[in-house]
Amino acid sequence: MKDTRAAHVTADGRTIGDVILDLRGIILRFGGVEAIKDISFDIREGEIRAIIGPNGAGKSSMLNVISGFYHPQEGEVWFRGEKRPPMKPYQVARSGVARTFQNIALFDGMSVLDNIMTGRLNDMKAGMLAQAIWKGRAEREEIENRERVERIIDFLEIQHIRKTPVGRLPYGLKKRVELARALAAEPDLLLLDEPMAGMNVEEKEDMSRYILDVNDELGTTIALIEHDMGVVMDISDRVVVMDYGRKIGDGTPDEVRTNQEVIDAYLGVAHD
Amino acid sequence: MPDQVLFALEVTINGLMAGVLYALVALGFVLIFKASGIFNYAQGVMALFAALTLVGIMEGQVPFEHLINATFGTGIHGFGWQVPAILAIVLTVVVMVIFAWVVNWLVLRHLVGQEPIILFMATIGLAYFLEGLGDMMWGSDIRTLDVGLPQGINTLVDQVTFDAFGYGLFIDNLDISATIIAIVLVAALVAFSQYTKEGRALRAVADDHQAALSVGISLNFIWVLTWSIAGFVALVAGIVWGAKSGVQFSLSLIALKALPVLMLGGFTSIPGAIVGGLIIGVGEKLFEFWVGPLVGGATENWFAYVLALVFLVFRPQGLFGERIIERV
Repeated sequence: MKDTRAAHVTADGRTIGDVILDLRGIILRFGGVEAIKDISFDIREGEIRAIIGPNGAGKSSMLNVISGFYHPQEGEVWFRGEKRPPMKPYQVARSGVARTFQNIALFDGMSVLDNIMTGRLNDMKAGMLAQAIWKGRAEREEIENRERVERIIDFLEIQHIRKTPVGRLPYGLKKRVELARALAAEPDLLLLDEPMAGMNVEEKEDMSRYILDVNDELGTTIALIEHDMGVVMDISDRVVVMDYGRKIGDGTPDEVRTNQEVIDAYLGVAHD
Repeated sequence: MPDQVLFALEVTINGLMAGVLYALVALGFVLIFKASGIFNYAQGVMALFAALTLVGIMEGQVPFEHLINATFGTGIHGFGWQVPAILAIVLTVVVMVIFAWVVNWLVLRHLVGQEPIILFMATIGLAYFLEGLGDMMWGSDIRTLDVGLPQGINTLVDQVTFDAFGYGLFIDNLDISATIIAIVLVAALVAFSQYTKEGRALRAVADDHQAALSVGISLNFIWVLTWSIAGFVALVAGIVWGAKSGVQFSLSLIALKALPVLMLGGFTSIPGAIVGGLIIGVGEKLFEFWVGPLVGGATENWFAYVLALVFLVFRPQGLFGERIIERV
């Protein structure tokens, strides 16, 4: 179902803007396997958009298509009103799309602060030599970037581990650091690949709160993958449901919850 | 002080300085290994090639002289000019950066995500190719390299120690300059890796390729950068070793001396390369001094390797290497 409404304000006072990312007829094959079968949906500015589905439904593949790690055989990706040519992941990142990974991809040998600072690499312009001796523009830039990073650290409440090497942190905190690094890039679109995977109920609640806060206070557009339906329904504005590479539902949480095909996919269907 | 002690002191100091030279070679390995997980077998040949190029440019040699003459029947023999050392070094750096770019473009780019052993094999091929290329471009004669580094006994140290202890310590000026060069180089590398965004990006790539891509780092750029820096370090090693023992094929074999240094220091640690180099430098000199006479000498040829072997048995990750922990 296509959302044809213009920009509007939600009940809780957030502004949902125009379409920022539009996927049209995406088909992705690995050899003979069709991982994504002709999927189209869009993401609007300022919303939290969830992609859900059982294991192996193609959710992560979908996210990898958006972030440039996979290149679909067919279909178009429209970003900010322009058709996007095939891009390498680092180019997509530079165009304003940040992401996290299902299995956490952090720089284990670096401190939390350094990890988050890598998120700001693309906003640093001073020359190599100037940075090495840390003078003038390079110094101002470093300080400015540090301030922005510190704000994010405060926001996600990880001040106490700023100097800790990431490799030593427990799982839940690593997830939060990864979110911080993605936020540091100040992305137009934030992709979260199973941000709550492997967490206990309390950690899931914390993470949900952070996601809502990021969206609400920073105005970041978020697309997230999750297979725990309960959490997703509470925090997202619209939900895409995938199963076996197909889209079987798309709409508000309430609409999706009552969709027969979705219920079948999740609870199994009786074959008689 | 008894002569024996003073002599041991002299041996130790000379060992430390030889260690600096080993560390210089080992550094090139560590840089590439850290950033891309590749053990670059060609590092020694890169030092040879860089030194050959430097000599060739300084003496105004025409690249591929023999080949051109043989093909076209011409009789070219050099441009007939001399290039000042500083300018020649800058030009050689340019050549090494181009080399880094070509290696990445022709070889590494196509091997992204392959097993380390395959990348290792590729660098073996690269080593032989580069050896042949160096021969063809600049000829296979033994060359002397003089970029103006002071050589010979340091008379000041000799005089001061003679006045103080009645025994003049022999320290080569070239070793002193090599030490200063190494200190400057390492300081520059550390400043680069800790304080620049390229350095941060490099550390990031070393840690996790996927995560690096996701924050907008171009792997290609970082690899060209790494190989350029390794090329620069190879040039520095080539200059120092070339000035010491002439530019010739055996220069490429210094890579073999770097291996035990790496096993001691760990493949991923810059401080490790330095400490490893120093330990081996001092160790082999002192061992030769104390034990050499008892076993008929020539212990310097094997001491480093035996020490490395001991380390492989008891501490395989080296002194500073990342600890290898396999979680079950």
